[in-house]
Amino acid sequence: MATAQPKKLTKKLEKSVREMKLRKFVLKLYITGATPRSTRAILNIREICEEHLQGRYKLEIIDIFQKPVLARGEQIIAAPTLIKKLPLPLRRFIGDMSDREKILIGLDLRPKK
Amino acid sequence: MARKKTGMVLSGHGLKKAATGIQGLDEITGGGLPRERPTLICGSAGSGKTLLAMEFLVRGARQYNEPGVFVAFEENAEELSKNVASLGFDLNDLARKKKLIIDYVYIERSEIEETGEYDLEGLFIRLDHAIRSIGAKRVVLDTIEALFSGLPNQNILRAELRRLFRWLKDKGVTAMITAESGNGTLTRHGLEEYVADCVIILDHRITDQISTRRMRILKYRGSVHGTNEYPFLIDESGISVMPITSVSLDHPASTEMIATGIPRLDAMLGGKGFYRGSSMLISGTAGTGKTSIAMHLADATCRRGEKCLYLASEESKNQVIRNGRSIGIDLEKWTKKGLLRFHSSRPTFYGLEMHLVSIHKIVNEMSPAVVVFDPISNLTAVGSGAEVQNMLMRLLDFLKFRCITSLCTSLTSGSGPIELTEVGISSIMDTWILLRDNEYGGERTRVMYILKSRGMAHSNQVREFVITSKGIDLVDVYVGAGTVYTGAARVVQELKENAEAVARSQDTGRLQKELDRNRLIMDAKITELRAEFESREEELKNAIRQQEAKEKVLAADRGIIAKTRKADVRK
Repeated sequence: MATAQPKKLTKKLEKSVREMKLRKFVLKLYITGATPRSTRAILNIREICEEHLQGRYKLEIIDIFQKPVLARGEQIIAAPTLIKKLPLPLRRFIGDMSDREKILIGLDLRPKK
Repeated sequence: MARKKTGMVLSGHGLKKAATGIQGLDEITGGGLPRERPTLICGSAGSGKTLLAMEFLVRGARQYNEPGVFVAFEENAEELSKNVASLGFDLNDLARKKKLIIDYVYIERSEIEETGEYDLEGLFIRLDHAIRSIGAKRVVLDTIEALFSGLPNQNILRAELRRLFRWLKDKGVTAMITAESGNGTLTRHGLEEYVADCVIILDHRITDQISTRRMRILKYRGSVHGTNEYPFLIDESGISVMPITSVSLDHPASTEMIATGIPRLDAMLGGKGFYRGSSMLISGTAGTGKTSIAMHLADATCRRGEKCLYLASEESKNQVIRNGRSIGIDLEKWTKKGLLRFHSSRPTFYGLEMHLVSIHKIVNEMSPAVVVFDPISNLTAVGSGAEVQNMLMRLLDFLKFRCITSLCTSLTSGSGPIELTEVGISSIMDTWILLRDNEYGGERTRVMYILKSRGMAHSNQVREFVITSKGIDLVDVYVGAGTVYTGAARVVQELKENAEAVARSQDTGRLQKELDRNRLIMDAKITELRAEFESREEELKNAIRQQEAKEKVLAADRGIIAKTRKADVRK
């Protein structure tokens, strides 16, 4: 994490930070067909993942046109929607994933200001 | 009815309508909501939006075979089915039969992060999928405004909503969109801008601590509709709307007469009672026997095998039955046979309109021949005179239209003119019977008279009546000369007259005797006179004879003398 590490950090905290760094991310991106917005969202989120979560993420891209039942099951309203399944808490991102800052904060990869 | 089968109604200009199946709503909308168009339902919290929407779908599925999709933004499927189970709507069953889909849309603001451009295609896809999977014809979005709190970007949302309503039209579904009413605006987020075909406003108002639900059709493009506020009721069988403006004057007039249950009262009313489908008002001060007359009518109705609805606004069913027994009327057996139904509710239980709606409902359910409303006067507890009058007029009109005979009792206060009913409804009554207490000579007697009875040669007499253990009975008409007496005064008068009559007859006898006696006297006198005359006659005849004899003797004597004196005879 990008947190400045104070010298008097307890071991416990160190451990949890280590664990955080090793967390697996499970992400699902729901899109609606091959629209420019969908494409943009896919490119954007792939870029973020490669940059910040290399090797420890699983990104699944689902076209709800193909699987409308999933839209109901996953409570999708807006498209595109990215759902962070893991680590908890669950979080949703809607839009074409162009607001990188918001996504990083939402994924707990960057502290809130 | 053709309408029942398809749920489709064509209005004059070809605007197709989708019948809602909700009692009364189809009447005021002239056949239902605009088919294949969205309708906006707005109202404050607790005004019955969700219920109206749900009933629209359930009835559509059940009565018109039009499956529906309910998109719930506030409650999940389980909560919804629990909420409407009390109305007899089994949503799970409808869902199993593929007649209904409830799609709960969950939006949690704190979970959502906006990261650029998006649209609501997800919602469209879900809706599309749901509509397709059961071939839905009806869609409800309840309450779509939840999106406004869930999604921060209003510009996108508004654009998408506009697209959604357009899309719903293209889909050919009849949609109902509910929205919270806003402060000074129809809806909190101005949804009325997008849904412009039909707007219905629900309202839940409290006047004098009595709440009344009301419904108003604000607009209905391409169709005539009722413009008033219509009260509606939510009860165990759903929503019933009461169209107020159905007050018309073209109800049928029956010439059939029905008995009141009091034979002598029937006689007063021209022989056979009063017209079927007419309205009768019985007014009187406290304790004059209004309810007793009402019970007689109820009893007589059931005796004919007809149904009677007894609206008791003062007494409970059991109390009426018990009191009926004391005058020899057994109403209980009629209730057991299902001919008599009681509906007891305090006037203050809910507003006037609510009373009207609930009466409508019961009447529609049981279709009685006679409705007794006892008493109407305490309705003034929940409304002003004009309101009560209006309500009763609507009620009577409704009953008349169905050719249902009605009897209302009204309590008049002791003071003031007795011809003044509390609620001023006498003008809309066909027959008005006044009951009165006559206080005279230390007792009260009950009298009744027919103040008016339209279309009947009714008696103009003030008749005394008594309430006995066998019911009400009218006392014989006092036919003597002079004032009409009642009660003990009448008895006294009758006794007095009897005595006078005896005296008079005795008088006649005496005179007769005198006459006889006089005749006897006269006869006696005649006999006496004749006897006298006869004796006199004899005497006189004797005297005459003696006189004549004397004359002869004298003449003879004179000859002798003349011979003696040698008298010559002149020649």
